[in-house]
Amino acid sequence: MKTAGMSFECETGNYHTFCPISCVAWLYQKIEDSFFLVVGTKTCGYFLQNALGVTIFAEPRYAMAELEEGDISAQLNDQKELEKICLQIKNNRSPSVIVWIGTCTTEIVKMDLEGIAPKVEKQIGIPIVVARANGLDYAFTQGEDTVLAAMVHRCPEYDSLIEEEKSQQSEIHTNSKNKSTSHQLVLFGSLPSNVASELNLELKRQSISVSGWLPSQKYNELPKLGYKVYVCGVNPFLSRTATTLMRRRKCQLIGAPFPIGPDGHMLGLRKFVRFLIKTNGLKERENQLWKNVEDYTRIINGKSIFFMGDNLLEISLARFLIRCGMIVYEIGIPYMDRRYQAAELLLLQSTCKEMNSPLPRIVEKPDNYGQVQRIQELKPHLAITGMAHANPLEARDIDTKWSVEFTFAQIHGFSNVRAILELVTRPLRRSKGNLNLVFPSLSKQTKI
Amino acid sequence: MKLAYWMYAGPAHIGTLRVASSFRNVHAIMHAPLGDDYFNVMRSMLERERDFTPVTASVVDRHVLSRGSRDKVVSNISRKGEEQRPDLIVLTPTCTSSILQEDLQNFVDRASLSSQADVILADVNHYRVNELQASDKTLDQIVRYYVEKARKEGLFKRSLTAIPSANIIGILTLGFHNQHDCRELKRLFRELGILINLIIPEGEFLKNIKNLPRAWFNAVPYREIGLMSATFLEKEYGMPYLSLAPIGISNTADFITQVEKLLNLWARVILGKSFQFALYIENQTKFVSQAAWFSKSIDCQNLAGKEAVVFGDATHAASITKILAGEMGIHVSCSGTYCKHDVERFNEQVQGLCDEVLITENHTKVGDTIARIEPSAIFGTQMERHIGKRIDIPCGVISSPVHIQNFPPGYRPFLGYEGTNQISDLIYNSFNLGMEDHLLDVFGGHDTKGISTKSLSKNEEGIILWVPEAESESRRIPGFVRGKIKRNTEIFAKQNNILEITVDVMYAAKERLNR
Repeated sequence: MKTAGMSFECETGNYHTFCPISCVAWLYQKIEDSFFLVVGTKTCGYFLQNALGVTIFAEPRYAMAELEEGDISAQLNDQKELEKICLQIKNNRSPSVIVWIGTCTTEIVKMDLEGIAPKVEKQIGIPIVVARANGLDYAFTQGEDTVLAAMVHRCPEYDSLIEEEKSQQSEIHTNSKNKSTSHQLVLFGSLPSNVASELNLELKRQSISVSGWLPSQKYNELPKLGYKVYVCGVNPFLSRTATTLMRRRKCQLIGAPFPIGPDGHMLGLRKFVRFLIKTNGLKERENQLWKNVEDYTRIINGKSIFFMGDNLLEISLARFLIRCGMIVYEIGIPYMDRRYQAAELLLLQSTCKEMNSPLPRIVEKPDNYGQVQRIQELKPHLAITGMAHANPLEARDIDTKWSVEFTFAQIHGFSNVRAILELVTRPLRRSKGNLNLVFPSLSKQTKI
Repeated sequence: MKLAYWMYAGPAHIGTLRVASSFRNVHAIMHAPLGDDYFNVMRSMLERERDFTPVTASVVDRHVLSRGSRDKVVSNISRKGEEQRPDLIVLTPTCTSSILQEDLQNFVDRASLSSQADVILADVNHYRVNELQASDKTLDQIVRYYVEKARKEGLFKRSLTAIPSANIIGILTLGFHNQHDCRELKRLFRELGILINLIIPEGEFLKNIKNLPRAWFNAVPYREIGLMSATFLEKEYGMPYLSLAPIGISNTADFITQVEKLLNLWARVILGKSFQFALYIENQTKFVSQAAWFSKSIDCQNLAGKEAVVFGDATHAASITKILAGEMGIHVSCSGTYCKHDVERFNEQVQGLCDEVLITENHTKVGDTIARIEPSAIFGTQMERHIGKRIDIPCGVISSPVHIQNFPPGYRPFLGYEGTNQISDLIYNSFNLGMEDHLLDVFGGHDTKGISTKSLSKNEEGIILWVPEAESESRRIPGFVRGKIKRNTEIFAKQNNILEITVDVMYAAKERLNR
């Protein structure tokens, strides 16, 4: 794919983001019969209990296997210790799967989680999936990527011959004339179940049936994978999962923009045209949607925005907001997989052209200090940023939106377009009254 | 390895960062992987901090893992030195760098050659100390460093101030109501005619540390943080210190009496007079603080003999226990702390004030204890608040771990005379709300709850069945005693090998207990 004319920069990587182990927060809720065990230190535990706030009090299905000095110096046997803990979990919660999250510490002491897991699995009789979601290699949402990539190996095999025979039989049986359903399509990415079913429905309208989701609501319902199964990602941070699906399970990847915003969603649907009969009024539907959110787009039209970058949704969001008429100064992003995001990047490029907007600079591994300097200079109407910078920027009269909300809010598909705009426009809609005119800056420092 | 869902005290580096970012113009650089800078979020969110938290990470990634940090840390230190011109850069190890065993001291030595700022390595071991101990240690380290430096440069000032003065040691960012406490303490000292020499670390410049020994004495309001610095100053410069928290009427009176003693050591020599604070204490207790009157009033009479459980850090848990038992006549069934390193002192302080003492870092143990005791109110941390929510017992938060609610914009000290008022409110409101709830129950208010077991951990032994009639009968029992009666009935059933509880069994159990 060509991404010519687009400039990618790479800075020092001194930026703030969540640790990838935070993915347990939404994954344990998504996979209802799972238990997530983070094998790490007090630091990991402290992060989880503070970042996940109140969920910690709701008897969550995640916990720490807290490493002590004896574990680090190998005085204790890792396998025995983990077995003991997993047995405890089995007795208390009886999950269908235990996911071990490897952390920085297990990497450094080279704890062989992948090696130990099968043994413990045999011992306690519960499948154990190992994902190394550590801060040495990954940022925030990439944690989900590592977990899903690990789950790919646990999906049952799709044997095209057997399956086709089956479907033929059933076709004869029901005497159906519809022959287009023989394609297997598996979508990957963890979405709240109502968003997932909405996407299913949307595709069904185009007579594409989704044969499964990775992850599924229950561990035992993981989709069948194999040659002749088409796969498509719904989130921009799933490149490892995509690679694993292609290389290890021989699936066919459909490279499409991600279903964020009506434009992305529409193009994603169009991509499926390759193996679908016709498009049923998609363009009209898109236009209708744009019309529905006009009250919001009017607010942001012509306003500028700056993405500091911390969750990899940045390209898709920027693309959508440019289409809404915003001017994007900078797209910071932790990690940019140009192959996996190729379709998204192309759409970004064409959107800029169409909207007559300059191509934003894309900054990989940004340096937050430098970014704050640039924000001070550019004075964007809105900065999408982490909580570490949000309050200080607000005090300096820069409106901000907390980036993590985009990860937790429902932003996929047609019906959630309003939700994205609701988030983006909130700081702009918020009336600050007269106080803001008298005291534009409330910072205590003279310089930053 | 241990299975853990929740911890009361954070990891060591949090303590170091809290001290470093409390001082003015100090920058901390963490040797840590991506995502470990969550401290910045906490400070910006919980404290609603307007300025950028002076903490950055020298990121440990795959390259560092394979080849070592090499020049990365050093160049990060000098870069920060140039960008923000801090007076001091504190290199902060984390759990990750603890096991990498890189020679961080060497980086510090190299960096300090080129850097304008002073550079030190926080001397804390992640696997041995927790957040509180680490902050104590780091504060001590910084104080030593600058006192030593001033002495070498001959800038050291040791002469006592002409007017009696005090240092307040241990006020830091992300501390439980620390900002309000600090203001109240300042007010208290001002009213006693004592000048504040320095408050460390909060808001202080490092260059002023050399003036520390000019104060007549040191006050360490929270035992968890500042004790090490205070003992160092006592040993080296003969500065007396006070490590008593003036929380509650009697503690505050004690505190002031001890201040009087410390002042009079020098006052006769320097000022030719001595201080008498007895009248001040009496006046404050009678008229400024409402707490003494409150504990005599009818309201408080209603609280007499009610059961409470207290849990928190050593300072707050001990003080609140003393207030509940000693000042308000409330029955403290259990008092506990997670500060395992300060157990002796804690035991000594709560001795005779409660039925049992609980020392643990395990929140399920605390939860089970509360469930067993079923007090009318809990005074604990945010965790206990949620335990209370689950089993329907009101809770007043008296100690960290903190939550955004513990950083109210309004004035809410725990220390001093205004503190006593605040605590009275807190205690009274906790109990009162509980009472209202039960009144609703007694008069058949909106009660839709079935009987539910309140225990937090699973009951392993055989499950006892309640027949529907018995269950509906039990719903008629007022909520605040329902759990207890249910439990007693079950114990009775177990003792008599009854597997099914009928209405008859219920009354048999009641009879037995009444006997």
